[in-house]
Amino acid sequence: MTQVKKITTPLDDHQVIQLKAGDSVLITGYIYTGRDAAHKRLIELLKKNQELPIDLKGQVIYYVGPAPAKPGYPCGSAGPTTSYRMDPYTPPLLEKGLKGMIGKGTRSKEVIESMKKNKAVYLGAVGGAAALIARRIKKSEVVAYPDLGAEAIHRYYVEDFPAIVVIDAQGNNLYETEPPKYKK
Amino acid sequence: MREINTTQIKNQIKELFLKANYHIDQELRQRLEEALSEETSPIGKSILQMIIENNKIASSEEIAICQDTGLAVLFIELGQEVQITGDDFTEAVNQGVKEAYEEGYLRKSVVDDPVFERKNTKTNTPAIIYTEIVPGDKIKFTVMPKGFGSENMSALAMLTPADGAAGIVHFIVETVRKAGPNPCPPTILGVGIGGTAEQAMLIAKKAIARKIGEHNPNERYAAMEKEALEKINNLGIGPAGLGGRTTTLAVHIDYLPTHIAGMPVAVNVCCHAARHAEGIL
Repeated sequence: MTQVKKITTPLDDHQVIQLKAGDSVLITGYIYTGRDAAHKRLIELLKKNQELPIDLKGQVIYYVGPAPAKPGYPCGSAGPTTSYRMDPYTPPLLEKGLKGMIGKGTRSKEVIESMKKNKAVYLGAVGGAAALIARRIKKSEVVAYPDLGAEAIHRYYVEDFPAIVVIDAQGNNLYETEPPKYKK
Repeated sequence: MREINTTQIKNQIKELFLKANYHIDQELRQRLEEALSEETSPIGKSILQMIIENNKIASSEEIAICQDTGLAVLFIELGQEVQITGDDFTEAVNQGVKEAYEEGYLRKSVVDDPVFERKNTKTNTPAIIYTEIVPGDKIKFTVMPKGFGSENMSALAMLTPADGAAGIVHFIVETVRKAGPNPCPPTILGVGIGGTAEQAMLIAKKAIARKIGEHNPNERYAAMEKEALEKINNLGIGPAGLGGRTTTLAVHIDYLPTHIAGMPVAVNVCCHAARHAEGIL
């Protein structure tokens, strides 16, 4: 662990390049949610050359399907879901200007190559730390696909959302570099 | 015969699913604290601290520990001297699940058709219900909300008798190695050995609910649990897969008689939010 960096969204190439695998970050600003079903719909639109319901340029997608909010809470428990299921859908979204993804777990070679090409970063949030993360989500609204319920695309306003740079825009990957240090 | 009404059953199930989704049990909380003190990786330590803090927040505010409040798995031990009165038993169980998930602000994660429609049933039902008839005049319920990040990393191997204990340990360790960061480590593993293919997985699932710190009473199986745990933690995967000494918190092995030609081994993977609750009527 090197240092804690505060970052604000949306992200540009300059900000992305400065993020290095191993950095702890605190994210402030708007981020979008999306997981399996929403990704499938976005890709279907791209295949038909239709406009997406959100402009992805400079944006960050958080792979999450939150629990319902208790009265008085902006959102329910909201930890990351496993990212590899979004891999087949991800390169076309990076081509559209997506700059960051927050999730947990490995990414495919294709995703990492596309991240290097399009200058994007993959951030890891702690799986299962859903109640703790929810405290950093200050506002939540559904911006697309309300019929999908928890899987709808939400726009969150987050303050100091905790994450770790797992794969940076140069392709450095903590999942490959860290475990060997603790192997016996 | 002792009468138990389906309304009591429904209420009991609702209460247990709420409890399981908000509160991690004492043994697991203690094991996480131990893991934090033993962990050598700074990132690993910070992740374990977040997990411990998360569990405290969920418990004190009564909100879901994890947004994936899972499929509703139930193990029901039905005493043969119990007479169930009232409505349909299965409907009562599902109603209890539905009320817990609706009223407890828990995510509904069930889709009706696994391949084509994948439409959310919006009630988190049907529940997955395993009922066993046992002696006595009580009903024991073990409920397990089971998240799918870890379920997706589960595996079955139809090993041969010649593979022996070494082959089993190898398969358990390989399953964890291949899963890497995906199942939200540190994990808890349920391992079922013997029986038929589906029976092995069923006892593996049930073994996850064993109290952390308890070993299989058969010494040779307990030794396999310890050996597998040590080898897994030597992989270095660590908390959240970002490196460290804490990849798995416990390995729980159960076994059953099996066929002369086989040795099924099932590994059911559970994340660090190993949620379960028990109740007796």
